[in-house]
Amino acid sequence: MSNSPSVAPPSRPPRVSPLYDPRVRGWAYQILLVLAVGLLVWAAIDNAAENLRNARIASGFGFLSNTAGFDVSQSLVPFAAASSTYGQAFVVGLLNTLIVAAIGIVLATLLGFLIGVARLSPNWMLAKLAGVYVEVIRNIPLLLQLLFWYVAVLSALPGARESLSLPGSVFLNQRGLYVPKPILAADAWAIPLALGLGLAAAIAYRVRARHRQARTGRQAPVGLVGLALVLGLPLATWGVLALVGADPVTVEVPVKGTFNLRGGLQLYPEFVALVLGLTLYTAAFIAEVVRAGIQAVSRGQTEAARALGLQPGPTLRLVVIPQAMRVIVPPLTSQYLNLTKNSSLAVAIGYPDLVQVFMGTVLNQTGQAVEVVAITMAVYLSISLVTALVMNVYNRRVALVER
Amino acid sequence: MKTIVAALTLALGASVLSGAAQAQSTLAGIKQKGFLTCGSNPGLAGFGVPDAQGRWTGLDVDFCKALAAAIFNDTSKIRFIPLSAKDRFTALQSGEVDVLSRNTTWSMSRDTSLGLDFPAVNFYDGQGFMVKKKLGVTSAKQLDGASVCTQQGTTTELNLADYFRANKMKYEVVAFATADETFKAYDSGRCDAFTTDASGLYAERLRAANPDDNIVLPEIISKEPLAPAVRHGDSQWADIVRWTHFAMLNAEEAGVTQANVDQMKGSDNPDVRRILGTEGKFGEGLGLTNDWAYRVIKLVGNYGEVFERNVGQGSPLKIQRGVNALWSKGGLQYGPPIR
Repeated sequence: MSNSPSVAPPSRPPRVSPLYDPRVRGWAYQILLVLAVGLLVWAAIDNAAENLRNARIASGFGFLSNTAGFDVSQSLVPFAAASSTYGQAFVVGLLNTLIVAAIGIVLATLLGFLIGVARLSPNWMLAKLAGVYVEVIRNIPLLLQLLFWYVAVLSALPGARESLSLPGSVFLNQRGLYVPKPILAADAWAIPLALGLGLAAAIAYRVRARHRQARTGRQAPVGLVGLALVLGLPLATWGVLALVGADPVTVEVPVKGTFNLRGGLQLYPEFVALVLGLTLYTAAFIAEVVRAGIQAVSRGQTEAARALGLQPGPTLRLVVIPQAMRVIVPPLTSQYLNLTKNSSLAVAIGYPDLVQVFMGTVLNQTGQAVEVVAITMAVYLSISLVTALVMNVYNRRVALVER
Repeated sequence: MKTIVAALTLALGASVLSGAAQAQSTLAGIKQKGFLTCGSNPGLAGFGVPDAQGRWTGLDVDFCKALAAAIFNDTSKIRFIPLSAKDRFTALQSGEVDVLSRNTTWSMSRDTSLGLDFPAVNFYDGQGFMVKKKLGVTSAKQLDGASVCTQQGTTTELNLADYFRANKMKYEVVAFATADETFKAYDSGRCDAFTTDASGLYAERLRAANPDDNIVLPEIISKEPLAPAVRHGDSQWADIVRWTHFAMLNAEEAGVTQANVDQMKGSDNPDVRRILGTEGKFGEGLGLTNDWAYRVIKLVGNYGEVFERNVGQGSPLKIQRGVNALWSKGGLQYGPPIR
């Protein structure tokens, strides 16, 4: 063998013609393949563009700056039919998708962890209830569940003129949940500032308490002091400002209008149904992931922690969960991606997410199916890749460090 | 999802199969397949709706049947493809259907940028509102602050925005992908008002839990000329679609009906003789046989008959002819002469 390492190299490797050099050949084949694929893709795009032109179907991305002409009610950014463009409609849909995904992920994680732990609880009733929840929810198609929640939410609530009045100027009817809307005055910036200071102080206190514990072994009430700092400081600021007569936050209360309540902050039933459906569904899967993760931690670990005198709470928090996270995080990432992609089922219940607004109304008003579908697919791909990236970074932190 | 599939078909079809698909005319393609594919409304009483046995009926459905009669002399040689408002244009562009006969509004942007042609208007309509009687609303001008349910991907969605803007009123729009979901949301109380073309309002009202609890407001806020659509670039096929409608109008004007068409074949009236193909070679100009219009009237009927049977006095909708009457009776339906 000419290039075998066992042959003691005298001075230089024997010369081989590039035609027979496996490395050169490998590169050549790879380059040829890339070129061929590239050519195919280019030909397909070029041909599609040409045929769309021949069929007199508009193409290109210029439509994004055309006036939209339709309205979207549930929008995080200002949107008006007269002045907004299809591009802005895209942003509205994207933000609506992102907010549902973000809220859904947080809620599903909390609920999923609770149920996953509950399934392993020594309390027979609790464990069985959690088991029934998981089995029922994850075996019914999500679309069906969304429709169920939407129809259930709608039919269970009173009509717009007979709103259910809850304490604190909160109203509930078929058009959604209405809560008083805080309106910030000019000097309201003091409150977030106080919150930031409180957060910084709480972190500083925690760091100091850790050092002290490492040095002297004495524990400090980190949780209580932290909570007091984070919540107390902004509240105190608010109180002081209100006392001197410059109330930074006034409240707009919903009042009855001709058809429905006016003013206040409105949570639409479509939004509620979608978040509820996605959360409950994904939580069932997360619960199973969590259960599997906890059960993957050897019993010996728990017994060892007990032998050291740790209480059950700290045993779970300090010994079992950190090791379980290694098993939990990768499948958890998949569940987050699933939730994000499943949010496109919003289209069935009229929530204006990306698919509903962009691939529904915009596609139809412009007729540019190829471009719109391509953009939508690219967006979901990007969201999923970013989510996966963040979770992979976190995974690297909790992964077993082998030495 | 249907849109994605259709868009991919469109992209792939446009890129790979272009040569073969575009070279063959639509008519030759239909003859080769042995049936016509017709994009139809999945369920709008009077226009396009399948019954319990899967038989399709309606004004737009009968138009497709007229085309099949003209081509095959057999109204069963049709495959109906139910399409939501959202999916309809992609389905036509991609070649999934030969003709879209699905209460579709002819508008300039659709005509010029979607690669479509609208050969003839088979129903003149306009957009209206329906509300629950108990709201006490009698005019669309009183809808300030209302929430309105509408179907996505329709001109309705745009007119709604225009109307409320022009009248300086606020509203909340809830848009659904299908007519079915839209109406259910309205009926269950999610919206104060339901908006679509006036003909659709009467049709949907019949599906309400209690039809009499709902009223249609008097305002018509837009022009909605509903027309069958074909792909741009095949004039022969567009001509067939256009003249099938005109033949049905001319037959009504000349008094030719499904019942008397065989006697009329022996008529001395040159207009009637040209329509029914006993004089001249007009059918050949379309690539059909000369008795094409005779078959249409024989198997489907003239425009007036089709109208009354599906949406007029012979149907639960009881829509008046109004602007859809013949021009000679004060309406807008005008068939250019067959000569």
